[in-house]
Amino acid sequence: MAGSNQISRRDFIKLTTVAAGTVIGAAIGLPAIAYLIDPALKANTTDAWIPLGKLESYETGIPTLVTFTRSTINGWEKTVNSYGVFVLRKSDTDVVVFSNKCTHLGCHVNWNTDKKEYICPCHDGIFDINGNVLGGPPPRPLDRYSGDQVEVNDGTLLIHFLGG
Amino acid sequence: MWKKFFTWLDERLGLNDLYKATLDRPEPKGNWWNTLGSASLFLFLLQGATGIFLSVYYTPSPDHAYDSIQYIMNDVAFGWLIRGIHHWGATLMVLVVFIHMIRVFVTASYKYPRELTWLIGVGLLLCTLGMGFTGYLLPWDQKAYWATTVATSIAGSVPWVGPFILRVLRGGTDLSALTLSRFFAAHIWMLPAALAGLIGVHLYLIIKHGESAFPDKDD
Repeated sequence: MAGSNQISRRDFIKLTTVAAGTVIGAAIGLPAIAYLIDPALKANTTDAWIPLGKLESYETGIPTLVTFTRSTINGWEKTVNSYGVFVLRKSDTDVVVFSNKCTHLGCHVNWNTDKKEYICPCHDGIFDINGNVLGGPPPRPLDRYSGDQVEVNDGTLLIHFLGG
Repeated sequence: MWKKFFTWLDERLGLNDLYKATLDRPEPKGNWWNTLGSASLFLFLLQGATGIFLSVYYTPSPDHAYDSIQYIMNDVAFGWLIRGIHHWGATLMVLVVFIHMIRVFVTASYKYPRELTWLIGVGLLLCTLGMGFTGYLLPWDQKAYWATTVATSIAGSVPWVGPFILRVLRGGTDLSALTLSRFFAAHIWMLPAALAGLIGVHLYLIIKHGESAFPDKDD
């Protein structure tokens, strides 16, 4: 057989064994890899448009606290977190929304009606009505939703929440 | 190149000797009944591999055991396949091990000099049944819960020491989180370790003694 263009019996067996082995290996190996890396392949979207009620129901010039919950599911575990924002309606159409999370260590700030300031109960961080730092340890103004992160649709105020 | 590499390895590992001792052994007469031991070994390895994969997502706690299996079955890619193989492989392994035992008994292969191979085989059978018993609880559904309640109660009916055995099995008087976690530990650590060790000795003895010839009409 040597020199002819016909494949020898031994080579044929070798070839088919390698081919079948590759197919079987792939059939077992690929599902195994898919199984292991599966959670990494699933996109976990945390952003959403959160409705905060009718804009006209907010009093002009007074920050109002609105809370909402978001749930995340990791595998078989569901976690529900609560978030709060201050809605400040400046005029009939102009509105600013602040996160109530202190920019220092994440405590929830309160609006003090007498002093017209946001005060953080943890370390006395103080912010003015527009979220700017007036005193205490906070390194930057309160996070705010403005521009294309805020929308008024059919009179309902919505914010684009990006996740915890 | 390959040959050089292989010779280098062979000189140090004795691969050729190993091959001759394990796979190139003389077989008295080809017989399909003699393949049941290898089939049991294959199923053990298959159960080991799929079991390791299941442990990536399974959680042995009453709060999460059932949910984590639902997650494996419905959400993880090929989770249904891995669990399916583990589920059916378990049943098949008990069956194959049992037929293997019957074959050894019927052909009288347990006689001198293979008595120890048989005794270790008994240990392997008991460990296999133990794997089935402990694995059955892990899904933590109604069937698993009540099957284990009944089976541990049966163990509890032994005279004198019964109640103590029951408390040892359940980790207390009731079937609880402790039962689930100790069954899990037995299922993935203790019994597999025992099985692996016993299989090692079992295989050594088979290689040492060779396979028994089937009895003929003169026997």
